[in-house]
Amino acid sequence: MKQKVNGKEAYFTTSGRDIDKNQPTIVFVHGSGLTHVSWVLQTRYFAFHGFNTIAVDLPGHGDSEGPPLETIEEMADWISDLLDTLEIKKTSFVGHSQGCLIGLEFAHRHSDKLELLALINGSLAMKMNPELLNLALNKDSKAVDLMIDWVHGPLGQVGGHPVPGLSHIGMGNQLVSSNNNGALGADFNACDKYNNGENAAKSINKPTLCIIGRFDRMTPKKVGLELASKINNSKSVIIEDSGHMSILETASETKNLLKDFFKTNY
Amino acid sequence: MTDPKTYKFNTKTLHSGHQPDKNFGSRAVPIYQSTSYLFQDADHAAALFNLEEGGHIYSRISNPTVAVLEERVAALEGGSATLATASGMSAMMLSLLTICSAGDHIVASSQLYGGSFNLLRLTLPRFGIETTFVKPRDIEGFKNAIKPNTKCIFGELIGNPGIEIMNLPEVSKIARDAGIPVIIDGTFNTPYLCNLFDLGADIIVHSLTKWMAGHGTSMGGAIVEKGEFDWTQGNKFPTMTEPYVGYHGLSFAEEFGPAAFTMRARAEGMRDFGPCMSPTNAFNILTGIETLSIRMEKHISNTKIMLDYLTNNENVTWVNHPSLPDHPDHEIAMKLMPKGPGSMIAFGIKGGREAGQSFINAMKLTSHLANVGDAKSLVIHPASTTHSQMDKQSLELAGLTEDMIRFSVGLEDMEDIMNDFDNGFRASQKPRLVASK
Repeated sequence: MKQKVNGKEAYFTTSGRDIDKNQPTIVFVHGSGLTHVSWVLQTRYFAFHGFNTIAVDLPGHGDSEGPPLETIEEMADWISDLLDTLEIKKTSFVGHSQGCLIGLEFAHRHSDKLELLALINGSLAMKMNPELLNLALNKDSKAVDLMIDWVHGPLGQVGGHPVPGLSHIGMGNQLVSSNNNGALGADFNACDKYNNGENAAKSINKPTLCIIGRFDRMTPKKVGLELASKINNSKSVIIEDSGHMSILETASETKNLLKDFFKTNY
Repeated sequence: MTDPKTYKFNTKTLHSGHQPDKNFGSRAVPIYQSTSYLFQDADHAAALFNLEEGGHIYSRISNPTVAVLEERVAALEGGSATLATASGMSAMMLSLLTICSAGDHIVASSQLYGGSFNLLRLTLPRFGIETTFVKPRDIEGFKNAIKPNTKCIFGELIGNPGIEIMNLPEVSKIARDAGIPVIIDGTFNTPYLCNLFDLGADIIVHSLTKWMAGHGTSMGGAIVEKGEFDWTQGNKFPTMTEPYVGYHGLSFAEEFGPAAFTMRARAEGMRDFGPCMSPTNAFNILTGIETLSIRMEKHISNTKIMLDYLTNNENVTWVNHPSLPDHPDHEIAMKLMPKGPGSMIAFGIKGGREAGQSFINAMKLTSHLANVGDAKSLVIHPASTTHSQMDKQSLELAGLTEDMIRFSVGLEDMEDIMNDFDNGFRASQKPRLVASK
């Protein structure tokens, strides 16, 4: 589905469903260099179980018009603007990785629009390795290879995708490569510069779920727990087999945690 | 900065796709000989049927043993996803029918396995899908054959049985310009000899029955998707982009992105046509793939030995293999497959058809059968067997001659195969000697 936001085409998927103003809405925001496709094993379920689901391609990613936004704050405001154009007044927000930073900032800047917050493989800050950042800024394919290596835990590295026949590494490579046209570099840069995480986290007063991967090397368990500790009314859950890609490596566990969270708090 | 530590090729042949069994710690991939799988509850069942979550429902659609094979092949090819099928032919059929409908058109290399050629020439036209054949060396021919309703280019990198090499990088540029995918049968090269995605393929199909499985025990095929092709361009691929009533308005390209083709092929193709692979065959093929690298290395080194033997044999009128300097595709073959352009040799025998039949009848160790890529050495006379349903014109188009022997080089001690061939050549020349008296 396409919608003009601030004069540019914004792409998001609703899993083929019409937006029903009488249903609660969940916005899903992807991580660095990814797209809405990374959420397919969560969004389709909620779209067919009483929610409007809006899985976005951030500007400059996937099918959304560029250029990529330069700061986490701009991205949070862009989500707010998208909701305005869709005339959605309240939403829950589910973010993955960089999407968690956007979620923190969205909760901080647009708290009146937020119902529930779920942060998957998140942290208060995401300082980038300078060499990796430089590779991504130069659109070097090695940045993709390194990222795909680091985001997958032992399960993702070997395989055992929840969808028969799909390859974690192969899918990840294609998704991120398709955004290695400047969007990945812009994302890494935005993450690296963002320093309002703790302040934003402390301002959140809505129920929040933090999902952490035991084998996450990008946002390790320690920083995931630290994130949860700064948010009032938050709950943290560690998924044992997961790396940084809990939404795919342990898709069903992640979906079930979200399901219970929304069921309990709506 | 350190290099990525994702697993390399040989490690993938042994491990990709398989997590050791949590119940019993089984190190080998278990054979899940089950037709169907318990649902946790009604909600779980509904979610599986609506592709809301991954998992197995019924073994025609997917099976846990087959899924390990699918991930392993995807990992070896560097693709986003794989669908395993009952045979190489069903992989080819499903790959084409996933994007082609009545009124559509295919451009294909003329040098194909006989079954593939007949599917395109005789069977698909009955369903309204036409094919224009182009000789694999005729690069401009591919360009000229593309029509507004052309949905893909299909070919074999190493043509069967004429062993012509398709200039895939050049053909893929033509396809890219036309906004259509290239589907390549990678059976003869396997991912060990080259990566077809790096050379420009968008979809790879395999007969896993051959070198991948390697032991002539089990039928199987695979469709591997690179995940890069943009199905949304030009409104040309409605099966990928338009809402599909069969799954509550699902758009495969929108929901599954780099795995859209595989998801459609499975969700529709396996559901409605049903050419699924048996779990036991998947297990056998997985076992074969574990030794793919060392087998292929030996196939290639044995091929060199046999080429030396055949090119110096007075009973052989010609020898065709792309590694030979006089092969018309030698340069491109060695560029695309520096480890060696496969282990299939074609040669002509002095005395034509009758001599060829005598040669084959005299084989004691080398097997006369309709297969290739076995660990055992195999020979066949294509004009009277695999390609016998083709008329004279089609044989010519496929580069076939009546004196051609197709030789799939195996893993035996080549001295023993040469002794067998020596006997065969002696037998092949006997009728001529008698006739000349």
